[in-house]
Amino acid sequence: MAIGVKVLTRPETDVSYIRATLKGMALTFRHMFRPKWTMQYPEEKSTADWSLSPRWRGTHRMLTDEQGRSKCVACGLCPQICPANCIKLVPGEDEAGNRYPLIYEIDEFRCVFCGYCQEVCPEEAIHVGVHYENAEYSRDRFVYDLERLSSQTHPVSSLWDPSDPKGE
Amino acid sequence: MSPELKGFLLLTVVKMLVVFTITLVGVALLTLMERKVSAWMQNRRGPNRVGYAGLLQPAADGLKNIIKEETLPDEANKILFMLAPIFSFVPALMLAAVIPFAAPLPIAFDFSLPVLGRFVQDGLVPMVVADLPVGFLFVLAISSLGVYGIALAGWSSNSKYSLLGGLRASAQMVSYEVPLGLSVIPVILLAGNVSFAAIITEQQAGLWYVLPLFFAFFLFFVSGFAETNRLPFDMPEAESELIAGYHTEYSAMKFSMFFIAEYANIVTVAAMTAALFFGGWDIPFSQWDQTPGLAQTVATGLFMFLKTMSFVFVVMWVRWTLPRFRYDQLMSLGWKFMLPLGLGYVMLIGTAVWVVEDMLEVGSSTVRGLFLFGLNLVLAYLIFFIVDRGHVVRGSTARPEVVH
Repeated sequence: MAIGVKVLTRPETDVSYIRATLKGMALTFRHMFRPKWTMQYPEEKSTADWSLSPRWRGTHRMLTDEQGRSKCVACGLCPQICPANCIKLVPGEDEAGNRYPLIYEIDEFRCVFCGYCQEVCPEEAIHVGVHYENAEYSRDRFVYDLERLSSQTHPVSSLWDPSDPKGE
Repeated sequence: MSPELKGFLLLTVVKMLVVFTITLVGVALLTLMERKVSAWMQNRRGPNRVGYAGLLQPAADGLKNIIKEETLPDEANKILFMLAPIFSFVPALMLAAVIPFAAPLPIAFDFSLPVLGRFVQDGLVPMVVADLPVGFLFVLAISSLGVYGIALAGWSSNSKYSLLGGLRASAQMVSYEVPLGLSVIPVILLAGNVSFAAIITEQQAGLWYVLPLFFAFFLFFVSGFAETNRLPFDMPEAESELIAGYHTEYSAMKFSMFFIAEYANIVTVAAMTAALFFGGWDIPFSQWDQTPGLAQTVATGLFMFLKTMSFVFVVMWVRWTLPRFRYDQLMSLGWKFMLPLGLGYVMLIGTAVWVVEDMLEVGSSTVRGLFLFGLNLVLAYLIFFIVDRGHVVRGSTARPEVVH
């Protein structure tokens, strides 16, 4: 016998198959009256036992200021750090010299949901969201433009904080 | 045609329609029951979206199966491939014709129709489509035809999985036919007749046969599992080994027909068990059900339904409890345990009946039943506590010697 192989000694002569069967059937019968674990999904999205983590990284959301403009200053850090290269950013500048994104698109199919864009953003504009219901009828609907990113209302991820690794 | 014959034909057609409809609808609902029971046993809820508590789920499944694509493998033997589902579907439904589902109902009518003429019926109408004098021998004969459908499906698909499933099904069903046949011989010994009506009347007068013939019931029910290809004997399907066994290549309604056949067979085995060993439509501890009448027919029908459904539940319960047998274990259980037990039991019951009736000259069937019940208790102790200790189900080879 090879080293490290654990051999279980199973009882072979003292077991009655029929009595063991009855024992198993009693167990399954008791299980019929136990509380059910099923979460009735569309009606019930979180329970006391289970809800999405605040660190969940889902589809993105762009935060806006009081005038409803996006907080983005088109610094170009998020397309730079994005490992999946899914952010398309074309910067623009208004008369006062404020930079803003002319085009800001995220391809959610390319995105790997690492959350680096949120981490790197100096203006806390782009965020990954605590959200998972993303079904669409066509593939091109998965490229989110600036308007769509800004109009999302779901909560944003709190990400992982190195100074508070356990979330306390 | 005499008016009496026409009346008989009319009633038979009505009974056929009723039984056929109830069987097909019931079988559809059984698929829901199976899913519900399995869900409850696994702390889940089961289907509950379509209709109230999921009651329309079978209808949705049926509709889906009808509109799905019928696939036909290129290499398949086309004719046999199309015929196989029918071969397993028809015998399964034919069996429902001979099982009595309620006490006989007195019906009297005498009327005339313009073209068809006069219809006359007067007297007790047995609540069974075909009240055959050969009784359950018909069931044994027809139920073994079901194996043709499965074996042909396996062969004609021209697929390795299907062929293995079909082979296993033939071997298994032929093997378990023997203990199944042997297990009903003690019933004939006690009842002295093979017709369902006579057996049920005999049980109404004395004890239900499950007490004096416990092991016959045991063998019958276990063989029934094997005959219907249910877990723990679902070798022919064995989804973890053979994809889906004999119906791997089938889709849509043809697959559905195998499925319906399987469930119809379960109902038949459950109803047979109820009729042969649990008094059929007899209501326990009452003589009231023996005087014919509409109320009696309805009440006894309800009781037969309850008994049948409880056995169907046991079949499902066992399925979601036990793992599948290994193939050689299945064969050795059938030939080395159940066949000798069946043979020995026939001899034992035959001897016991002879001793009680001829030597001791006891006439009462209740006393005879109690005597046999005592005998069964002794036998149950011997089998379950002494014989069945690692001997009934075990590996084909001895455990290799362990060198530490």
